[in-house]
Amino acid sequence: MSEPNDLTREQELRAQLEDSPTIPVSEFKRRSRRSFLVGAAGAGAVVVGWRWLQDSPVDDGIPQPLRNTLEFNEAVWSNLSEGRSAPEHPVSKATPIQVNGRIGIRNEIDLDDWTVRVEGPDGELLDELDLSTFEALPQRDMIIEHKCIEGWSSIVHWGGARFSDFHARYADQVGDVPYVGFETPDGLYYVGWDMPSAMHPQTMLALRQGAEPLDLDHGAPLRLATPNKYGIKCLKRIGVIRYARERPADYWAERSYDWYAGL
Amino acid sequence: MSNDTATDDASAEAVVTEEQSLDEPVARLVHPRAIRWLHWINFPLLMIMIWSGLRIYWAEDVYALGIGSWQWFVFFPDAVYETFELDRRLARGMAFHFTFGWLFAINGAIYAAYLLATKEWRHILPDRHAAREAKDVVLHDLHIKKKMPPQGKYNAAQRISYTAVLVMALIIVVSGFAIYKPTQLYPLPLLFGGYQGARLVHFWMTIGLGLFFLVHVLQVIRSGWGNFRSMVTGYVIERNSADVETDASKGGPA
Repeated sequence: MSEPNDLTREQELRAQLEDSPTIPVSEFKRRSRRSFLVGAAGAGAVVVGWRWLQDSPVDDGIPQPLRNTLEFNEAVWSNLSEGRSAPEHPVSKATPIQVNGRIGIRNEIDLDDWTVRVEGPDGELLDELDLSTFEALPQRDMIIEHKCIEGWSSIVHWGGARFSDFHARYADQVGDVPYVGFETPDGLYYVGWDMPSAMHPQTMLALRQGAEPLDLDHGAPLRLATPNKYGIKCLKRIGVIRYARERPADYWAERSYDWYAGL
Repeated sequence: MSNDTATDDASAEAVVTEEQSLDEPVARLVHPRAIRWLHWINFPLLMIMIWSGLRIYWAEDVYALGIGSWQWFVFFPDAVYETFELDRRLARGMAFHFTFGWLFAINGAIYAAYLLATKEWRHILPDRHAAREAKDVVLHDLHIKKKMPPQGKYNAAQRISYTAVLVMALIIVVSGFAIYKPTQLYPLPLLFGGYQGARLVHFWMTIGLGLFFLVHVLQVIRSGWGNFRSMVTGYVIERNSADVETDASKGGPA
């Protein structure tokens, strides 16, 4: 670059600054003092606000205001979610899924003896079913990305019945219940679902992984599967299906996690 | 941060330019009030997002620098998690992340809208000389070259890094939403090659913003008090109208 060009460049750049106003230094000092006072007050407000948040009463393991925003988020996203589905993949993409949690499935189980209790919102027993009922429902395959709340995911091939097809058997009896809960036979693991999520066409009562019946570690003989909530909601070894008018208890929501856990 | 309005500033200017001698120092507005507020609000929000984000990352901390199975640096060593209390706090990390994420995104959106509406972006976007001048700024900062290239409000290295930060911030918000609601925002994750791709991009943008933050703080310290003060008060002192001495020009990118 030759000298005159540099000068032009310098003038051009300086001109960009000259639009902005100037004030006398005396005026600057006055404003400067005010600015620093406002800044200090702002910093103080941040510290006070942070401590207020940390010292708030705890609701299931997290400060109440954070629990409230999780519920706000649920209200925002559950309204948006209507009609949305996760993509489904070709069979060739499916991989075996890792075993992550064994809470509620550690006891011995006799698969031939297994039944699931179906309970109404007043605790009444609606049914006690063995596997044949679920095998008799319309069967479908679903190759979806199962997402763990820890951050890993894998594409899994599930086979089984839609929850919505199962629910059709009881729709008249239970009416417009807003929730349904699931429990392992030993009662140690339990999850709560909102009815719209449960009725989603990708919410499956899974009997198979690939062509094979579920193995014990993956929730034999019957488990939940969905691409639309984190894996913590996909309870293995279902022992009880309970319709509810209030939010059912949820193992991980009681341990600081989001109750909705929707994707 | 002062409560002055643009009109106040303009009328003050009109009074001053009449009487001002060449040597009498004046203060020039370089950071409008909106920029100052948005900048300082962003600071704690970004810190909270990185802190809570690392608590989430801990639960599946699979990224590393290396080739094949040879890992040169694993993100992160246990000592890092333990020092900053990042381990075994996934649920709380998520609760903070999905609360303050809204504020971070909204603050960023207001900032972007402000840059566009006021044409302030012209001070930040690199122009066609930026690459060459930025190289000279770096050489100057490394004490290899004496002379700083000419500059407007920001030097070329600042323009490039500030623009890069804005791009990274946009990517971090969009990839964050892709991980947060991959079904409801489908096909957003496909922009990043899927759910895991979005997670990877989100992580590296965090590293990028973290590195920017470190360099930024270092350069502010190098630039000195006048530069820091200008982001609080909005003004820098000019010795006279012919010598626009922004404090930034002494130090380089801040």
